[in-house]
Amino acid sequence: MAVLSPDQVQPAEYSKAFDAESVGALLKQGVPGAVTSASSAGIVVDSAKITDVLEWLKNSPDLAYDYFNSVTAVDWADKFEVVYHVASTVRGGPPLAIKANLNDKENPVISSASSVYYGALQQEREVYDFFGIKFAGHPNLRRIFMWEGFEGYPLRKSYKEAYYEQERKPFETRWDQGHHIIIEDRVPWHDNVIYPKNFDATQFKQIREIVRVAPIIEQGDSKALKTQPIVVSVGPQHPSTHGVFRMNVTLDGETVMALEPIFGYLHRNHEKIGERNTFYMNIPFTDRLDYLSGMAMETGYVLAVEKMLGIKPPERVEYIRVIMNEFTRIVSHMFGGIGQVYSDLGAFFTPIVIYGLEERELVLDLFESASGSRMMCNYMRFGGVWKDLPEGWLEVAHELAFNRLPRVADEMETYLVKNEIFDIRAKHVGVLPPDLAVSYGVSGPMLRGSGVKYDVRRADPYSIYDRFDFNIPVGTNGDIYDRMWCRIQEIRESIKILQQAIKTIPGGEIQAGKKAYSFKVPKGDVYAHIEAPRGEFGWYVVSDNNTTPYRYHVRAGDFVNLATMEQMCVGHKIGDMVGVLGSVDIIMGSVDR
Amino acid sequence: MKLFPTGTITGMWLVLKRLFRSYPNDIQENMKAGSLFKATSPQVASERASVNQKGLITVEYPEVKLKPPENFRFIPFLIYEPVLDAAGKPIVDAATGKEEIGVERCTACGICAKVCPPQCIWIVRAVGDDGKPKPKAAEFYIDIDVCMNCGMCAEFCPFDAIKMDNDYELAGYERHVNHIYDLPTLMKSTTYYESIKPTDYAAEEAARKAKEEAKAKKPAPAAKQATAAASAAKAATPTMQEPPATE
Ligand code: SF4
Ligand code: SF4
Repeated sequence: MAVLSPDQVQPAEYSKAFDAESVGALLKQGVPGAVTSASSAGIVVDSAKITDVLEWLKNSPDLAYDYFNSVTAVDWADKFEVVYHVASTVRGGPPLAIKANLNDKENPVISSASSVYYGALQQEREVYDFFGIKFAGHPNLRRIFMWEGFEGYPLRKSYKEAYYEQERKPFETRWDQGHHIIIEDRVPWHDNVIYPKNFDATQFKQIREIVRVAPIIEQGDSKALKTQPIVVSVGPQHPSTHGVFRMNVTLDGETVMALEPIFGYLHRNHEKIGERNTFYMNIPFTDRLDYLSGMAMETGYVLAVEKMLGIKPPERVEYIRVIMNEFTRIVSHMFGGIGQVYSDLGAFFTPIVIYGLEERELVLDLFESASGSRMMCNYMRFGGVWKDLPEGWLEVAHELAFNRLPRVADEMETYLVKNEIFDIRAKHVGVLPPDLAVSYGVSGPMLRGSGVKYDVRRADPYSIYDRFDFNIPVGTNGDIYDRMWCRIQEIRESIKILQQAIKTIPGGEIQAGKKAYSFKVPKGDVYAHIEAPRGEFGWYVVSDNNTTPYRYHVRAGDFVNLATMEQMCVGHKIGDMVGVLGSVDIIMGSVDR
Repeated sequence: MKLFPTGTITGMWLVLKRLFRSYPNDIQENMKAGSLFKATSPQVASERASVNQKGLITVEYPEVKLKPPENFRFIPFLIYEPVLDAAGKPIVDAATGKEEIGVERCTACGICAKVCPPQCIWIVRAVGDDGKPKPKAAEFYIDIDVCMNCGMCAEFCPFDAIKMDNDYELAGYERHVNHIYDLPTLMKSTTYYESIKPTDYAAEEAARKAKEEAKAKKPAPAAKQATAAASAAKAATPTMQEPPATE
């Protein structure tokens, strides 16, 4: 497959944004009878025509909704609502919400969008797992986070989890008669598992067949000696799998023939917890998603709720957020996106990881002195931040941004660009062509490494990113090398943003309005997305005018990116597979949620 | 591939440079402490962990400990004001070594239990002889295994009664008893609070004083002024308009 050069895929102009109403009007002509209603909240379409609608949106030359952000569902009292978000890498602009209602609550079925966007393959499995909504035509519709024998659909409102106490927090048992009990004693069935009614453990068989769902690109050298294929389970406890992640790899000799990622070992149903929590309580929980970039996670979530509440943070807060986010990106790339990949390629704990860690220490010290914690910062607030920056903070940040980090970035580039060993290991390995990357909804340095110039900070600017001068680095080949190269360049661009922000940060308030711990959020839904170090992270939050979210969904960039593992690995040696996985740069906290 | 791996050698050279930068520097610092084999002194340690450090930035925990920043937060505790003697010094109980409890600030209002995200605060409100609730906690538990150290309880307590601690060394052999902090374990004096968070303490005391003075004088308008002054003082935030010149 030909790889496009950056110019070919570079978006000409981002200015042409369509709102949902005008897209709805166009869609009415394009797919007659599909649109039920169109408002700023999104386009409601006939569930029977969903694939036609998506197909049309994708292929329409003006609209060009080629990018699949997310699919999720909402369990309403009388129906299931399946919500799609699609965007355009060509045109930029905010994502468009498409909603389809399934009135049959007993047996909800909708046709799969995977024939239009490959990105739907993995995310539809998630919706099936959590809501029991069947996607007709999906080639591999199985549970993804839960195991095959799991009983129930956890995100349905009727489902009660093991530690269930009450529909929403705060729990009444805590005050004013809060006699403490150990939480484990609460589990009603005492071992945390319920089995389906006719479950027989002796008969249970795990599904092991390899289902190949998308075209495989043959790459690398597979002419080696032919041997009998075997299936090797890599992980979940393996140093190169970056946490508890497993891959079922079919090997022919040392060559990867097929690969299936297996998720769920770190699954804790963040979304269900989020629906029990009040809006405010969710902020510290978001830190536990991508724990190498907690500040970015918080920013995404507070942006979503701020949108719903209609509050705008003061200037100083916007600057602080940008500074925190860019510091996060730098250290996350240095340690996770670059250092760890070297580790995976065989340079185990050699200088590049350690040097990256050193800088990370210094930045985490900054986070700690501002927010009180190094990783679980809990710093962002709705319309503000927790506390103003302490004295001397900006001076240290200044020293880092102007002197220290640029120096270290230079050092890192020396290892990366000139190193012959790295060249051999990383060039032309794990290639992901741009069209596939877009169709899969891949984001972050992975997407840009494949040559697609798409960065949420530019395409749909949030906070005050539109005020800063920075470039979006793109690769050409879409291999490990290009991803790493993009990350190095991104570190430089982040330093540039930091320098501008630190120079111009104004004084003033750090909180808009009065802080409250419990408040009602007006009815409605919102999707807010940010460019986190590991790609596009989006928060889809639905409120039914209550103190807790009715629906809280996180679109994790690295979870979506992982769907392309098979495409990138088939034909390569198993040693390269480890490097490819490293270059995807995953954090299981956000992959499994 | 090139025959001569210049890039790889350049990389190795970088490592060597780092080595020279780190170890002589390490030896120097240890000599400052008096002996090559002595642990780094706290002053040297904090210099070492700063941005200007070119060599190693680590210190040898647990021999050397870095002081956590003031904002650091770990497991909350409850604040009491100690009983003062004639000279205004807190009276220390000889048996326990703790300062004697004067005023417990917590009024058992329950706000912290309501904001706590993992719901790990449990409060039983005290009841007086007449059967009416009293503004005092009879029992107060924090399950520190569940606590996520978010600091929200301290953020929203209206009485400055619950604050985040700086003590992070809590490892233990047992969790079902030792990790459920009860009222006596949680109680710490204002003296301790002042020692770990001097800036916060000073600001809170000043605000309290201003409030009390305003209350003593004229009720409504003066109180408004005092709070206005306090917020004005808060607004004078550190900014960086003119950064130091760099090349
Ligand atoms: S919020 Fe403060 S005063 Fe109220 S119960 Fe908690 S610690 Fe006590
Ligand atoms: S720090 Fe957070 S989790 Fe811990 S007790 Fe306070 S509110 Fe609860």
